[in-house]
Amino acid sequence: MSGAEKIAVRVTDITPLNELVTRFRFEPVNGGLLPTFSGGAHTVVEMRDGDITRMNPYSLMSDPFDRSAYTISVRRDDEGRGGSKFMHTRVKVGDEMIVSNPVNLFSLDLRAKKHLMIAGGIGITPFLAQIKQLDRAHGNWELHYACRSEALGSYVDYLTTTHPNDVSVYYDDQGQAIDLDSLLDGQPLGTHIYVCGPKGMIEWVRGKAAEMGWPREAVHYEEFLAPQPGKPFEVKLAISNKVIQVGEQESLLEAIERAGVDAPYLCRGGACGQCETNVVQAEGEILHRDHWLEDDEKASDTKIMPCVSRFEGKTLVLDR
Amino acid sequence: MSKFEFPPSIKSRPVWGTLEARAGKHHLMIADAEGAEAILGIATPELMANTHIIYIPAGTDYAARLSALKPAQFYEGPSYAAAVTRIQRVLQDAHMGLQVYLTGTEGLMGQAMHEAMQAGIPHTAIQTEHRGSVARRMQCVHCKGITENVETDPFVCSHCGLNLFVRDHYSRRLAAYQGVCIDAEDPGNVPEPKGIYE
Ligand code: FES
Repeated sequence: MSGAEKIAVRVTDITPLNELVTRFRFEPVNGGLLPTFSGGAHTVVEMRDGDITRMNPYSLMSDPFDRSAYTISVRRDDEGRGGSKFMHTRVKVGDEMIVSNPVNLFSLDLRAKKHLMIAGGIGITPFLAQIKQLDRAHGNWELHYACRSEALGSYVDYLTTTHPNDVSVYYDDQGQAIDLDSLLDGQPLGTHIYVCGPKGMIEWVRGKAAEMGWPREAVHYEEFLAPQPGKPFEVKLAISNKVIQVGEQESLLEAIERAGVDAPYLCRGGACGQCETNVVQAEGEILHRDHWLEDDEKASDTKIMPCVSRFEGKTLVLDR
Repeated sequence: MSKFEFPPSIKSRPVWGTLEARAGKHHLMIADAEGAEAILGIATPELMANTHIIYIPAGTDYAARLSALKPAQFYEGPSYAAAVTRIQRVLQDAHMGLQVYLTGTEGLMGQAMHEAMQAGIPHTAIQTEHRGSVARRMQCVHCKGITENVETDPFVCSHCGLNLFVRDHYSRRLAAYQGVCIDAEDPGNVPEPKGIYE
């Protein structure tokens, strides 16, 4: 079976934080201890919705050293394929669910002399765990957190009361914005940037840092892409000799799994590279949506990341 | 000609690059001897306006040409040992956006790279270009003493006197290649020394 190892958990608490974001607490069903993780790690949550099983990655936000429970915060996305809506409307305290062992694609570089964190909206969640980890080690960090409004500022109160000197909050609706030029200018040598938030914010920070001469190795970012719905299409799996249909609301990876074919994955969000699959034949257009393949690989249409990418056209044959 | 094509080797052996001017707020260039040529090769007035050059001539006469580039700061030191406190001081006061360029002998680049890494720059973000002598800085794995400017293989450890075989096994932490006793099994059976790349 692909993916990280699974853990059976029970939902022991559901706390709505604001209009869009709700926090979930998971404790192991068998009463034991959960694996520890490192700040920035995510877990893949399985959501059984009738015949459909959705698996979405969520950053772990609890204390990495607290092995009694994992907590995640889920932002409701009414436009999406329904994973977050399922969490918000169908999951109840006491439910049993399956989550994966933690996987970290956004870990702290502990060689850094200083950790400069930049969060946008729900992108705050991995930092909550990283801050707990750094505080234990007396790490040097500073957080700049942009949110839409005070009402939607998840964890702002918690952060500003526990770390008044290290946290700066910016509210879009009050015309406040991170002054990136002066923030990046004058940071001590050995500072690493971590950015998690919307795509535009990640590109803005990466672009500015590169322009100012920051090494690529000192700029870390994480953006999970939710698979986007799209036109249904047909795929031939060459090795398993199957022809499968990918539904409108389903990702290619999910359709492969539904057909009983074991396919590798880890993040299910176009970031980790695990699901990379060779394309045997493509007559039509592959809609590449991942952050993994290089531009020339995307252009050549010889590879696809089935967790987020789709296809439009006549024939797609995969080496799977 | 100050360039040398190093033969392919094991993974541990550092691979040096070619300097290029990169975007950055400040530039620190550290060079010895013929390394000056690599700096002369990329220097432009705009680049030099934000550049600090630390140079060890080691008997060559490039210093005047380097200072004629009018870098923001120019320091000429008699030896690496004399320059290192200045290098440390510059790195301590530096900010992100600093670009580091190292060029010249392997010993100079390795040691300066160690300082830059200690200051928090990822080693893959430090530019290098080998120029000039191919002599090595060697650590004797037996007595741990360092012998500078080793040109032959085998050589005699300047600390403990053992006959050492020159390996390509490199330590980034020590900025030195490892030298291992060549006649431990059969004392006195030492091959005739020859140039490292002969
Ligand atoms: S599963 Fe991680 S990129 Fe597809």
